[in-house]
Amino acid sequence: MCNSCAFYHFAAVFLSLNHLLHGYEKKGDIERAKSEGKELTKEEKQRLRKEKKQQKKSKEKKDDKVIQESGKETRGDSSAASPPQPSSQSTAQKAPSAVPPPVSVPAPEAPTPADKPAKSKAELKAERRARQEAERASKQSKKGDPGPQGAVSKSKAATNELQPVVKRLPEHIQVDNPDVLKKLAKKLERQQTPGQNSAKKIPLRLDYGYKVSLFSHLHQYSRKAPLTQQLSIPSTVIHPAIVRLGLQYSQGIVAGSNARSVALLHAFKQVIRDYTTPPNEELSRDLVNRLKPYISFLNQCRPLSASMGNAIKYVKKEISNIPSQCKEEEAKHKLLKCIECYIKDKIILAATAIAESSIEKISDGDVILIYGCSSLVNHILCEALEKNRKFRVIVVDSRPRLEGREALRRLVQRGISCTYVLISAVSYILPEVSKVFLGAHALLANGYVMSRVGTSQIALVAKAFNVPVLVCCETYKFCERVQTDSFVSNELDDPDDLIVTRNGHTQLENWQQEPSLGLLNLVYDVTPPDFVDLVITELGMIPCTSVPVVLRVKNVDQ
Amino acid sequence: MPGPDKETDLTERVEAFLSDLKRGGSGAGPLRGSAETARETTALLRKITAQARWSSAGDLMEIIRKEGRRMTAAQPSETTVGNMIRRVLKIIREEYARSRGSSEEADQQESLHKLLTSGGLCEENFRQHFAPLKANVIEAINELLTELEGTTDNISMQALEHIHSNEVIMTIGRSRTVEAFLRDAARKRKFHVIVAECAPFCQGHEMATNLSKAGIETTVIADAAIFAVMSRVNKVIIGTQTVLANGGLRAVNGTHTLALAAKHHSTPLIVCAPMFKLSPQFPNEEDTFHKFVSPHEVLPFTEGEILSKVNVHCPVFDYVPPELITLFISNIGGHAPSYIYRLMSELYHPEDHEL
Repeated sequence: MCNSCAFYHFAAVFLSLNHLLHGYEKKGDIERAKSEGKELTKEEKQRLRKEKKQQKKSKEKKDDKVIQESGKETRGDSSAASPPQPSSQSTAQKAPSAVPPPVSVPAPEAPTPADKPAKSKAELKAERRARQEAERASKQSKKGDPGPQGAVSKSKAATNELQPVVKRLPEHIQVDNPDVLKKLAKKLERQQTPGQNSAKKIPLRLDYGYKVSLFSHLHQYSRKAPLTQQLSIPSTVIHPAIVRLGLQYSQGIVAGSNARSVALLHAFKQVIRDYTTPPNEELSRDLVNRLKPYISFLNQCRPLSASMGNAIKYVKKEISNIPSQCKEEEAKHKLLKCIECYIKDKIILAATAIAESSIEKISDGDVILIYGCSSLVNHILCEALEKNRKFRVIVVDSRPRLEGREALRRLVQRGISCTYVLISAVSYILPEVSKVFLGAHALLANGYVMSRVGTSQIALVAKAFNVPVLVCCETYKFCERVQTDSFVSNELDDPDDLIVTRNGHTQLENWQQEPSLGLLNLVYDVTPPDFVDLVITELGMIPCTSVPVVLRVKNVDQ
Repeated sequence: MPGPDKETDLTERVEAFLSDLKRGGSGAGPLRGSAETARETTALLRKITAQARWSSAGDLMEIIRKEGRRMTAAQPSETTVGNMIRRVLKIIREEYARSRGSSEEADQQESLHKLLTSGGLCEENFRQHFAPLKANVIEAINELLTELEGTTDNISMQALEHIHSNEVIMTIGRSRTVEAFLRDAARKRKFHVIVAECAPFCQGHEMATNLSKAGIETTVIADAAIFAVMSRVNKVIIGTQTVLANGGLRAVNGTHTLALAAKHHSTPLIVCAPMFKLSPQFPNEEDTFHKFVSPHEVLPFTEGEILSKVNVHCPVFDYVPPELITLFISNIGGHAPSYIYRLMSELYHPEDHEL
């Protein structure tokens, strides 16, 4: 008796959650308080435990009930790997994509913390009890009637529509929390089809070297120990294209926000081409689950960028929107086409549009300063040269990545006259400069520009010399996160990169032996919006502060 | 004969010094840093005073000026040479005035009142011969040398007045003065130091290893991360190559960025500079202010394909305007940048500003 009640309650929860998914899409993330996240984790855990129990019981029950609810319940239920699925789904939210968890149903728990951020445990318990009473009463009067469930779900949806969405904290900025690390290890263990031996799981990458105390919450990996060394061959969990991609990321062979996203999408295309739906599975559900371990693996190789996160979100949405009666060949063809369209629209055409707008801003006789190697800025300059603008370029570079040399090579090849300096000489060279063009890794919702470390410095000095700063960024890099400093969410690169040999003498060779010496190799920093004069996107030229407006418009469109 | 031998010996010494200066530059060779250069210059000037042939103060000043011009021409960026010469010239003037019996103050001021009452330029020949002048001048130069030897210690003694515990201090490149300053403070207080490595010479690495050996928690960052990290820094303490007459600095490249970032976050910028670095120059046009070294430090010859088609700059110094500086700590205490002009008038005579 009590079992079936619990079961109906379980069903009701999922009905309401499905309803909420659409509201969730439209809102986007507003805030993410760590304390709230922790509170909800416990509640979330409780709920998941209950649901796990109920799932096990429901399997023992008649099948027709499952079929009845199969349209609304978690899709993962019917798969063979059901016990680990809910927990893997819950921990999947902590997966370090810094964007809202995928909208598709395999993560129905995702909106659960989202829609109840402020209610206390006791309140929720009381709610649940009330609902159970109501259901019990209604069941006694009309058996198997989904009416009250619908009513309950509707009322819940109404109350929860207006509550702010609270996100889970990604794992990659909670490295100093041992519980989070344990969870990650467990999740990686589970992200394999059961029945395989543990040698074929995704390995957990270990941190390297002494970490500066301010950054103890971030990972710091060594380039000499790529994750692929820990993989056994043959590895049936991870597709070889993904393994190759992960290695390219961790070694820095594929670097740069656009390049990484495009490489990721191409790898996904390969995965989709090689995919075959197992029997008794639906492509839309299984393929998404298949992608999860790949994403964890890539994340271990190198933390995902905002653009990659958005691309993954799109791909997962497209996959889950495949109707179930679609044939496999047709579905795969459709997905491949979607991905190609995404690349074409969001990256290639956007670059063309941005170049057109930017060329209006370049006049003859300009001296343009660029920093590092941004594919978009290089494209703009080459296009401007095609349109016969007369200008010269100053390329500013910084240790230890020295990406500016790549930009320099490309520009010199096209015949643009260039000057090259290091970032410490920027206040010497800036009086000559008329404009500064910067690329961005991501644009945050509070108007801050997240880009390669050193960008904020260039913007600062340019502001001091009253030189206009223009940031070029495609809209698919817009991110709903907010950040005010470069500490909380960043990436630490291999500290050994800072070591240099001059005149045959390497000063920092034995830095690991020195107990009080640390090397810090940051990858990103955030530029405050008052340093940036204009952001050029494919939607037009907007000020930095209009980023949340664009995000809202995009969400409404979708 | 002792006379000609001394002369040749003297000229040899001067030539050796000049060639050292020409070669020395940024720290290779026997002239390691500004302090050593200052000491060598002063010792050489003392020798000139002792061994050259001169009868009156004016002669001596002429000889020293002549040698001084040659020395500053050998290495224009090494301003301590010129500073020491001007100090010695001031010493000679003072000793001469004292020998003559007139007060120093009257000689110094070119006040409007004096100009009008004395009726025209006050012609000071320095032609009178005073027997004890030589001994007095040499003694005064010895005092100057003692002062030079004690500068670093004097500055380090003030460290505990400026650093409290659990501070995060930022510095750039390598400055022996700042290193001594921080090590002295580390004996009593615990704090963290962040060193910006200052490419392309990366002298920050040496500074960091020295500081960590003294037990100070040190972190090395790339130059590009200066602004990113600045929000957590409590103080910025830097050294400099020269302190200019307007209170600005000529410091290692990257210092201007550091100063701007500190200003943006309202972090105090403290400059540890001994008095012999104070130069009566003002920041001039780009051609005389900047010094450039070989660009292969920036873009090595391995990038040969593009090397011939690009302009590469490798400036050594940066100008930091006095508005960005909070405090100067020197061997005679702490001052604001607006006080520098006054110190200058005490150290150098206005007529010596142009050698």
